[in-house]
Order: sequence, then C-alpha cells, then structure tokens
Amino acid sequence: MDQNKLEDLENIDIEIPLFLEAIFQKYGYDFRDYSKAHIKRRLMHRMAIGKFDTVSQMQDIILRDKSFFISLLEDLSINVTEMFRDPEFYSSFREQVIPNLRTYPFIKIWHAGCATGEEVYSLAILLKEENLLDRCQIYATDFNRRVLDIAKLGIYPTNDLDKFSRNYIESGGKGKLSDYYTLKYGSLKFDQSLTKKVVFADHNLVTDSVFAEVNLILCRNVLIYFNKDLQNKVINLFYKSLSSSGFLCLGTKESLRFTQIESNFANIDSIQKIYKKKIH
Amino acid sequence: MLKAIVIGTSYGGLEALKAIIPHLPKDFSLAVIVVLHIGDNNNQSFVNYLDKKSNIKVKEAEEKEEIKAGTVYFAPPNYHLLIEDDSTIALSTDSKINHSRPSIDVLFETAAWQYKNQLVGILLTGLNKDGALGLKDIQKFGGITIVEDPETAIATIMPASAIEIMKPDYILKLDQISEKISDLIRLNS
Repeated sequence: MDQNKLEDLENIDIEIPLFLEAIFQKYGYDFRDYSKAHIKRRLMHRMAIGKFDTVSQMQDIILRDKSFFISLLEDLSINVTEMFRDPEFYSSFREQVIPNLRTYPFIKIWHAGCATGEEVYSLAILLKEENLLDRCQIYATDFNRRVLDIAKLGIYPTNDLDKFSRNYIESGGKGKLSDYYTLKYGSLKFDQSLTKKVVFADHNLVTDSVFAEVNLILCRNVLIYFNKDLQNKVINLFYKSLSSSGFLCLGTKESLRFTQIESNFANIDSIQKIYKKKIH
Repeated sequence: MLKAIVIGTSYGGLEALKAIIPHLPKDFSLAVIVVLHIGDNNNQSFVNYLDKKSNIKVKEAEEKEEIKAGTVYFAPPNYHLLIEDDSTIALSTDSKINHSRPSIDVLFETAAWQYKNQLVGILLTGLNKDGALGLKDIQKFGGITIVEDPETAIATIMPASAIEIMKPDYILKLDQISEKISDLIRLNS
C-alpha cells in the first residue's frame, strides 16, 4: 500500500468540504449537501485535467478566476438527459396522471432541473397529443443558465435521433416524433409552438424557495445527486409547492422511501415513481 | 479484515458470475458489489436467478441503500453505481464511461477510496477496456486485485487490458476464483 496515496486521499476528504464552502461563500452556489462520491469524482477529474496537485490549489484559483468557476459549474451540474427518457414512465404518466389533469380547467406544471430541455419537449408533445397543452402553464427550471439557453432554443444534435424516436414510440406516442421537429444543418429543431406555454427560468433547488403553486412536479434523476438531508429539504419544497392532490414524478431509481414526508404522499405507480399529495 | 468485493464483467459475464456467486458460503462476511454490462436490458431475471441459486442474498442495488456484509448488489442497468463514504449506494445517470453505464471504472474507483486495503477487486471476461483503470486504483490504495486469465476467459479484451497497464496480484482461471476468495478471507481475518 502506498502511504503517500492514502494520505492524499485523507487530505482530499478534508479539502473538499472547504472547497465547497469557498464556492458557496464566493458565488452563492451550494454543493455542500450533494452526494460526496459524485462531487469527489468530478473534482478529481477536474484536478487531473487541470493538472492540479491538490484541491487547495484549485480553491486558490476558483476564488480569483470566475471563468474557472464557470467551467467547474459545468462539471458539477447534471446535464445528461434524453427525449422520453424511460419510455415506460411516460406511458404510465399517460394512463395514471393525464385523466386526472384533464379535470382541471387550468394546469400548472413545474419541471425542476430540466437541464437542456429534452424532457420538457417530451412532456409538451405528450400534453399536445392529449389536447391539454393549451390549458397548461409549464415552468421549466435549472440553476445552470447555459443549459436553459439550449432548452429555450430547442435545437439538438441528431446523433441520438434513433433512440429518441424509439423512446417516443415506446412511450405511447400517437404520431411520429418527426411531426414535431424540422431537420436543418445536421440538427433538429423542435416546433416552437411546443414551448409557447413554457417559461424557462433560473431556479436553484438548493437555495431558492417556493415560487408558485402547481398541480404537477417532475423532477427526474436530480435527487440522486443529493445527500439525504438535502433530499428531504427538496421534497419538502415540492410538497409545499404542490396543490392538494397534486402529482410528483421522480426518476425510476429515486423514491420517497428514505424521506420523512413519505406518508403525506400516496403511491400511484411504485415502479415509475409517481406520487400524489394526500388531502389533509 | 476484508470488507468488500467488487466485480466487473461484460460479455460472458452471466456465465462467469454463475461460476462465482453461488459458491459464496451462507456466512459470507463481505459485501459484494457487481457491475455487469447488459446494455439497456433489464437484468432483474438474472438477479432473481442468482438469488435463488446462492446461499446469500442477491439483489439490485437501491439508491442510498446501506451496504451490508453477506449481500450481493448489482448496479441497475443504465445507472452508474458509486460507493459513498458512509458505505451507502449512490446512483448516477452521468454520461457513459468507456461506452458503458454502469461503468466498472466508476464502481472500482469509488470503492477503492472507501474500502482501501479492505477491498478485493475482480475483473472478469468482457469486450471492452472498462475496469482496467479502476483496478489500478484499487491496487494503488492497497486493495487485492484478481483478473480472470484471458487465456480461458470467454472474451479476452477486458482482462487483457488490465494486465496491460498493471500487475494484478492474481491471474486465475474462472473456476479458481471462488476458492481464492475463501483463502483471502482466511488470511486476512
């Protein structure tokens, strides 16, 4: 065993919380309650790329160089998404949630942590096919402004188009995915009528609070990056933001099981992780 | 004292795991965490099969679940599995690494940080290079490393690429691995 390497590891575990504290103090972005293993992997890789010997060296730079902070913000944000990710979720959503939403004259939806927006367009397509889109107001939020700009544009590379089309069909799509986009210069651009009911906004789940009462919240594969305390905090934020009998949709490997507020929600689909706020 | 075993494999992995997991004894004192590349396919039926054939519990790993001795955890398809410093499971949907999600490197690297010299890393048959760097990390932090002999592995690339960049503690035929595990536990208890 290499004693120096072990000591490096010990030091890194001391340095990372200090580093995250520095980012919070300086820039207001709070990663202190993110899952430690994720943060550590991402920081170790940034260290390797930037040829830093220690986290403390990186801390020195990050306090003085905003552009370095911006690139690190990219490392720490969660930007992987796809159209109709987990198609089974969307087909369950059509069956379990849509009939209920249909009873409302006006529907407010919060898509939290929308990243580059693929799942916002997926949702808008689904709502359009169910003739509900015109009745909706969708808030699509993320803390990373760069990805929000991509989401607003609705232009994506065609690399994953086969996968997206397959997902769409498996999700119970009623037409063809190509009904909703045009191909131009090797990219696909979604029909802007899909987002006329969408407001893309900067919102940080960790540091910002309730901004609207909504009937439905989708926040898929974001909570897995948080520790238990932060998960609890964010689930509470969702609970407060939901109207009575509102729906909460999480990622398929996420659950309310380890949270304190679990009993305030009814299980609508325990595999696809669709919950409904109980009436009190 | 050893605390955990991490295993990585892809093509040929079903057969290889069948030759190891069911041989672990009822009172097995280590946790076992496995990454098996299986594409977008569900591996639940294989996990159930192994659970039935084995003396210890075999299950799909759940987010934030506490890692316990005498249990085998499989990374869910399409999620990376990381080990947290409080010995719980973390999952992530980050980009693929080595064209793989779950990636063996991600499991091995984070397990090496957490378990250090109380870890055994095993890399089996497979068709890509995932796991080689992770195995090197395990060795770097004092863990014991085992690679399936590429001569007898169903797919040689995965074990061979580890041997190319490091010197594993043991290069073993598939049927020698479960016996080696019991030896190591005896020696390190």
